[in-house]
Amino acid sequence: MKPLRDAGLSALVALGLFGVMIGLKTDAGPHSLVLRARPWAVAAAVAAVFFGRLAMLYWRQWRPAGTPSPRHVAATLSRIGRYAAPLLLAFAITLPLYAGRYWLDLGVLVLTYVMLGWGLNIVVGLAGLLDLGYVAFYAVGAYSYALLAQTFDLGFWTCLPLAGLLAALWGVMLGFPVLRLRGDYLAIVTLAFGEIIRIVLLNWVSLTGGPNGLSGIPRPTLFGLKFNGGGGPGSFADFFGLEPSISQRVVYLYFVILGLALLTNWVSLRLRRLPLGRAWEALREDEVACRSLGINVTVTKLTAFAIGAAFGGFAGAFFATRQAFISPESFTFIESAVVLAIVVLGGLGSQLGTALAALVMIGGAEVFRDLQEYRMLIFGLALVVVMVVRPRGLVSGRTPSVALGGRRHIGADMMSEGHG
Amino acid sequence: MAPLLAVRDLTMRFGGLTAVDALSFEAREGEITAVIGPNGAGKTTVFNCITGFYRPTSGSLALARGGGFALERMPGHLIARRARVARTFQNIRLFAGMTVLENLMVAQHNMLMPNVARGLLAVFGLGGHAKLERAAIEKARLWLDAIGLTARADDPAGALPYGAQRRLEIARAMCTDPVLLCLDEPAAGLNPRESDELSNLLRQIRSGMAGLPGCSILLIEHDMGVVMRISDHIVVLDHGRKISDGTPDQVSHDPKVIAAYLGEGDEDEIPAEAQA
Ligand SMILES: Nc1ncnc2c1ncn2[C@@H]1O[C@H](COP(=O)(O)OP(=O)(O)OP(=O)(O)O)[C@@H](O)[C@H]1O
Ligand SMILES: [Mg+2]
Repeated sequence: MKPLRDAGLSALVALGLFGVMIGLKTDAGPHSLVLRARPWAVAAAVAAVFFGRLAMLYWRQWRPAGTPSPRHVAATLSRIGRYAAPLLLAFAITLPLYAGRYWLDLGVLVLTYVMLGWGLNIVVGLAGLLDLGYVAFYAVGAYSYALLAQTFDLGFWTCLPLAGLLAALWGVMLGFPVLRLRGDYLAIVTLAFGEIIRIVLLNWVSLTGGPNGLSGIPRPTLFGLKFNGGGGPGSFADFFGLEPSISQRVVYLYFVILGLALLTNWVSLRLRRLPLGRAWEALREDEVACRSLGINVTVTKLTAFAIGAAFGGFAGAFFATRQAFISPESFTFIESAVVLAIVVLGGLGSQLGTALAALVMIGGAEVFRDLQEYRMLIFGLALVVVMVVRPRGLVSGRTPSVALGGRRHIGADMMSEGHG
Repeated sequence: MAPLLAVRDLTMRFGGLTAVDALSFEAREGEITAVIGPNGAGKTTVFNCITGFYRPTSGSLALARGGGFALERMPGHLIARRARVARTFQNIRLFAGMTVLENLMVAQHNMLMPNVARGLLAVFGLGGHAKLERAAIEKARLWLDAIGLTARADDPAGALPYGAQRRLEIARAMCTDPVLLCLDEPAAGLNPRESDELSNLLRQIRSGMAGLPGCSILLIEHDMGVVMRISDHIVVLDHGRKISDGTPDQVSHDPKVIAAYLGEGDEDEIPAEAQA
């Protein structure tokens, strides 16, 4: 009887919520908006909630006794991870061989978010600093490249390190005053910083073009060879005697972002095994203990912020060169939120998890584009399901950075998520 | 022996509450100095002042090493790094999600990474990092042997039993090469056998073991068995003031000390055991 009452209660709540949200629809009438009632849609939604809840409760009761423990699941997942990572990499490298233009474009988009996720993972996953304004560094990188390229006529490969450096500088400038704050306070200040950067970009019309943005940003070249659709002297197609085609540029862009993402991955994996990365993780575990061991907490946090920001800046520069047009609209808070969701869903500190989460979230969102209005619903539902089933993210836990014997996986239940 | 740490007129106020009141004492080199007193006497507060977690309201904390350090004016991380004062915490503060070995490696952070530039060079395998890392692992191994945790080196610190966590926290502090080790109730929650092992470990640390230089110890402890057995010198606090100071024998016969502990009512620890 109890499950029935429980399900009835859930249905009642659903009725209260959906009664207005689904039950009433505004349509454009001949003179003004008209309100249309949709009782059947509400009934369907409420019934779905009722039976869904009932099924869930019964499943919980009758679930077989030998349900695997979370630790066992984590160990299995980490074993799968060992094969999944090389497979995923092989898939990513060979994609241009069999994928068409659409899929490659999607690949570029996913890889951009993978890279952003890996960059933010350094700050949030390793150092445990909750940064809600990561998009600020993405924007700094993008505008740095666009302005440097247009003002000084520099190429993509010259500007890329500069864009990263400038973003890192901004990371330090932001970090210096705010890193004394912890937890929620840090999150709110970084969020504000992201907005400030966007608003400055929007209003500093003489430099950034304001809401009109910057257009005609130069495309990347390969050792001076251009990728333009028309071919012509000095172009990639002309040099190799190929038929000029726009898809050559797409393939090139795809490999550029793949390389940048792999660089991010390599640097963060490497840093994790070094004293700096170890200090980040120690900071996430216990800041007070770090201080008692003589670790300069401020400098250590700043390095995490700066290195994370630098990768955000690289990704920004790539974004600018790919789009050839940027405007403040591309750097809203929702971008920070999506990247953070990728990191959290993937499992804090996990490289493979972040890549998988980016693939599912960005790739999934694109694939479901046809479903239009249901897209966000499916998206939200997926988030809730993952957080219920695996609250620590898809791939949680960590591998020790150093070991006397074999490196054994450490479950996430041992780890702290950081308070800074 | 020369005084290593001289505490002079240390006062720490929290709003209207004076947790430490014009306290003066000395910790001599090569000795174990115990700080005891009833709950809330201000012992942990004294430690927090010495290690830079609190800035004292007034008074001085002079460490006689090198050119001398005024600890009351130094930021916390420099006290550990330059003045070489290490500490443990009353509530264990290990890096629970990192392995036992990693805990000891983090403690050697400043040796492994003298500055950020060196830390970043190491990404590309430059700056002689591999050699430093090997030396750090060797030192960690030495301490793992000393605390009997070599077999558990690759387990997460949070999975160790309580007594082992206490020992690991001491070893981690020792990996910073301190001249003064401040221990806040290291025997709390240990069984009698573990307390005995702890006493031996602390004696070894004082006199120097396995080729390591000796290290003076400042010890807060409620377990009077341990205190009386290993201390060279005891300072007794009550309500932030020093009420007695001397050898274990002198202190345990001091009527003021007995009164302070009896005044608490339920203290069965001190005098009975101490006078035995
Ligand atoms: N940060 C603080 N803010 C306000 N009061 C504090 C603070 N830290 C300590 N106190 C107060 O100072 C007094 C001394 O506390 P302290 O922790 O030093 O005692 P203790 O001798 O270590 O006691 P115990 O044996 O229980 O550990 C207590 O009354 C405590 O409430
Ligand atoms: Mg205390």
